[in-house]
Amino acid sequence: MAHLSADNQQRAEAIVALYPERRSALVPLCHLAQAEEGHLTEEAMEDIATLCGISPAEVRGTASFYDMLHLEPVGKYVLAVCTNIACMLQGAYEVLEHAEATLGIRTGQTTPDGMFTIEEAECLAGCDQAVCVQVNHRFFGPVDEEGFDRLVDDLAAGRLEETVPPHGVLSRVSREVDLEAPAVGGEQV
Amino acid sequence: MADVTLAPPAEVTVVIDGREVKAQPGELIIDAAERAGIFIPRFCYHPRMKPVGMCRMCLVELSGPRGPSLQPACFVSVADGQEIATASPAARKAQEGVLEFLLLNHPLDCPVCDKGGECPLQDQAVSHGPAESRFIEEKRHFAKPIALGPLTLLDRERCIQCARCTRFAEEIAGEPLIDFFGRGDEIEVAIFPDREFTSYFSGNTVQICPVGALTSVPYRFRSRPWDLEQVETTCTYCAVGCRVALQSSAGRVVRMLGVDSEPVNQSWLCDRGRYGFESIHAPERLGEPMLRFEGGDLQPVAWHEALREVAAGLRQALSTAGPESIGVIGGARLANEDQYAWSKLARSVIGTDNVDAQLGDGLPAELVLSLPQATIDQACGAKVVVLLAGDLREELPVLHLRLRTAAAHHGLKIVDCSPVPTALAGLAAATVSSRPGEAAKLAAALVAPPGEVPEVEGVAPTAIESAREALLGVDPSQIVVVVGRASLAESAASASATAAIFATAWPGARFLVALRRANVRGALEMGLAPGMLPGRVPLEAGRSLLEAQWGHLPPSAGLDARGMLEAAAAGELKALVLLGADPLSDFPDRALATRALEAVPFLVAIDTHPSVSVLLADVVLPAAGFGERAGTTTNVEGRVTRLAQKAVPPGVARPDWVIASEIAERLGSNLGFDHLEGIWEEIERLAPAYRGATLGAVYGLAGMDGVVVPVEAVALGSPLSSRARRPIDPIATPGIHSVDEQGAPLAAGLSVIPGGDVAESEEVEEEAGEGLPPGEAQPATAGRPGMVELDSRRWPAPGAPVVDSYSLRLVARRRLYDYGTLVQMAPSLKGLAEAPGVRMRLAELEKLGVASGDEVRVRSPHAEIVLPAVADDDVPQGVALLAVSSGPADEPGASSLIDSGEAVATVRIDTLDGKGGADG
Ligand code: SF4
Ligand code: SF4
Ligand code: FES
Ligand code: FES
Repeated sequence: MAHLSADNQQRAEAIVALYPERRSALVPLCHLAQAEEGHLTEEAMEDIATLCGISPAEVRGTASFYDMLHLEPVGKYVLAVCTNIACMLQGAYEVLEHAEATLGIRTGQTTPDGMFTIEEAECLAGCDQAVCVQVNHRFFGPVDEEGFDRLVDDLAAGRLEETVPPHGVLSRVSREVDLEAPAVGGEQV
Repeated sequence: MADVTLAPPAEVTVVIDGREVKAQPGELIIDAAERAGIFIPRFCYHPRMKPVGMCRMCLVELSGPRGPSLQPACFVSVADGQEIATASPAARKAQEGVLEFLLLNHPLDCPVCDKGGECPLQDQAVSHGPAESRFIEEKRHFAKPIALGPLTLLDRERCIQCARCTRFAEEIAGEPLIDFFGRGDEIEVAIFPDREFTSYFSGNTVQICPVGALTSVPYRFRSRPWDLEQVETTCTYCAVGCRVALQSSAGRVVRMLGVDSEPVNQSWLCDRGRYGFESIHAPERLGEPMLRFEGGDLQPVAWHEALREVAAGLRQALSTAGPESIGVIGGARLANEDQYAWSKLARSVIGTDNVDAQLGDGLPAELVLSLPQATIDQACGAKVVVLLAGDLREELPVLHLRLRTAAAHHGLKIVDCSPVPTALAGLAAATVSSRPGEAAKLAAALVAPPGEVPEVEGVAPTAIESAREALLGVDPSQIVVVVGRASLAESAASASATAAIFATAWPGARFLVALRRANVRGALEMGLAPGMLPGRVPLEAGRSLLEAQWGHLPPSAGLDARGMLEAAAAGELKALVLLGADPLSDFPDRALATRALEAVPFLVAIDTHPSVSVLLADVVLPAAGFGERAGTTTNVEGRVTRLAQKAVPPGVARPDWVIASEIAERLGSNLGFDHLEGIWEEIERLAPAYRGATLGAVYGLAGMDGVVVPVEAVALGSPLSSRARRPIDPIATPGIHSVDEQGAPLAAGLSVIPGGDVAESEEVEEEAGEGLPPGEAQPATAGRPGMVELDSRRWPAPGAPVVDSYSLRLVARRRLYDYGTLVQMAPSLKGLAEAPGVRMRLAELEKLGVASGDEVRVRSPHAEIVLPAVADDDVPQGVALLAVSSGPADEPGASSLIDSGEAVATVRIDTLDGKGGADG
């Protein structure tokens, strides 16, 4: 459980400054906070409320609307298996059941080592690569049971660290807000 | 280029269900239909809030360029020539569909639901829903009920997600402590983890919830709607005077609901008013007269014994030391008629002018009654409101709500000049804290001509500049000053002088005098103030008229509460009557109050509850309280409304005017009253400010909202209130149809038969604009001889206090939930009184080396108390903020630190081991 770090507090102020209304920064700030902890902590939501000039209940209300924001701790990798029509016809439920069996958890749960969370997703717009599995908002597909095992192995062994950042980090590039060089955007961290 | 401006049409015509209906441009279809007597079903729409179109219950069929379409009537405005069908096959099908959806997950546990019997979901399911549901699956389940806060419970299964509660919290109260959580069928109203829905206005969400999802702790499972009887009356838990429906079951008051009185509370209430009724039936209620017997104990006796004792005590004082040795303190709890009777008893029978309804915590009656009055509507419609009062959210909550709404949504500019910013500061155009005791200096700077603005010590010039900017170019007639006692630790002289400065500099400006006690304005109007006769007439000015009518008047002006207490302490006052007053808890100088009550040889207390002061009395007389007696009351703006009775007083308690008459009789005289109406007639006849406020005017149906005195020339029978009552939110209570049928109807227009007609309501008569009428404020005295006139020279600024650098100036304020009798005897409110603490800036705490929450010693020259220190950077530098009555009544609190003779109280704060202060 943690508040926004000092750095992120500064970034947050800069994000707020981008909007004519403070409260417009709400969703970007939620992503900023989620990038720090992997999920949105209550303390961070309180910080965001102060930054946006609204109440913590309102921050939580908005955050709870979006699937991409997590209010509970999740694994380092969130594996979201699409089970909508295209993926379902390609065996999405089989993949999902396989995932539950091999990881030993139910959909919505996190492995005890804190590495993986499984979720069931609605159409991810990756129908051309059905079954589509999203890992921290990166697409993988088509994925079958075997493919799923490989994916998990690779993630566990750190072989995909380049491609898949830890959960919460949407992008490793921040163009709008840069603490080091505020005038021009873009820096790889 | 030709400048073509199309004037908006003054009126549009639409056809609703085949009938031509005239409507205002921009008016919502749902409202236009309702005026025409056509009820469109709805859940989320509430006439006092912005529409959201959430629930789709109000779908109607609209003609349009592309053919008919289904549109939400609460979200679409009328357009000229539009055809609207509210019950066409398509509209009916849509409405039935929406209801079937809403009921999918609804638990249908009506038999155990508080709302059953007055539930818009039940009613509209019958009137606008399908007879059957096709849903056979398992419904959604939640644990229920869960507490959102100390007074509010939530049943998530019953919630239909209309967002009335969350919108109220955000839009009206400005305290969005609840919001939706989740999405889809898992959505629920929620608080933030580990926080509570503690808003002072939380009860309104329960009242407007269209289902039984929100229930209140005090009413839960207390009654069924069809067992309720109700009357419309006025809340007297503070001076806003909200109109309420007082509901009882089996002779006990069980619920209060806000009635939509356009000029006053617009359907809202605060929780103290809404739930304070619990104290009516507190086991401690005084029901029998009591006498102090030899051993020192108070024992119940019969009325005649008690009255004989009162008469004997008063006679004794009269014969030994004359009428000036008798005093009466209090009276703000009483109805106008009671106050008049006491005013007459004291002056014409006892012969004393020592009467004061204020306990050193108000403002001089001459000033209050001579300042040009503003109504609440005028304050909300002004361009600028200058605020120099206590925190209105704590003292006059619904006035806060009205001003907040005006500032948040209608462009009112607020300039908050209070010594510690109030809850309105967040919305204020400017916040400039005056130094405690020196508000007059700040006022002088605000009214000074440009270029001559004096510097004000302790106030940042930029803050003064921003306040002046808000006032720049504003005509004084568009300014309303809300003036009260911003702090009980500074003398009334400071507030009086400030008001006088504004009144002189801004001719035409109006004043809303923010005194807190329920009927304190009425008490001053009725002459419960030294030197003031009923109807705003100074003693000398009214002598000839009243002496003839009353038979006798005291030769000269008497003492105010402080004067009486001092005289009592000095042994000069021989008898003191406490008329619903508790000086020990309420007088801002506890030491003086204690000495006085201990020294006075004969103390009579007439009250409803046993306060600490009552327990010291020699004779205690039980009075009928709120809901137990009829009469009239006067609110903060001078509006007289009617009080109604619904409960039986406990034991043998009597109305105060009856007690006054009885005492007069025992003293060998006669007040000449045998019924309430007779008293009012005498008031109307003899009190100049009340001339024209006839019984018919005050009691009449047109006067459901009462009348503001002095009334302009009125012809009897003409509509007096500016508007007729709107059939506001007819789906929410108090639209209890079953109750109406039982013969206890509220004003016409409040109830609706679902699917049937909206009950008769008078045509809404819009007043021209919300704001102030053009021109200057009429002096209230016009054409009314004898009435007190404003004399600004009478209110000089007090000398600036000298404060050494070790001391802090004390600001003592009231909180809504305190340790006063009323809150403490209402079980649901009792625990809400915040623990005492002294608030100051973090830097001051750091100087002392204590952390927030540590106990410190607060010392004034008169007393010292030990309290936790609380860091609060809203408190200005050099100030310590304390709440009065913030601890058990028998322990010394903030009021013990104050000397009522000083311009401002100062304190020193030390650590418990003596570090920090100058001399430890
Ligand atoms: S709790 Fe009541 S008022 Fe609030 S959203 Fe649910 S149904 Fe509406
Ligand atoms: S604001 Fe005053 S009058 Fe209105 S409900 Fe509250 S206590 Fe009663
Ligand atoms: S259906 Fe699975 S990505 Fe579209
Ligand atoms: S959508 Fe119109 S009342 Fe709810």
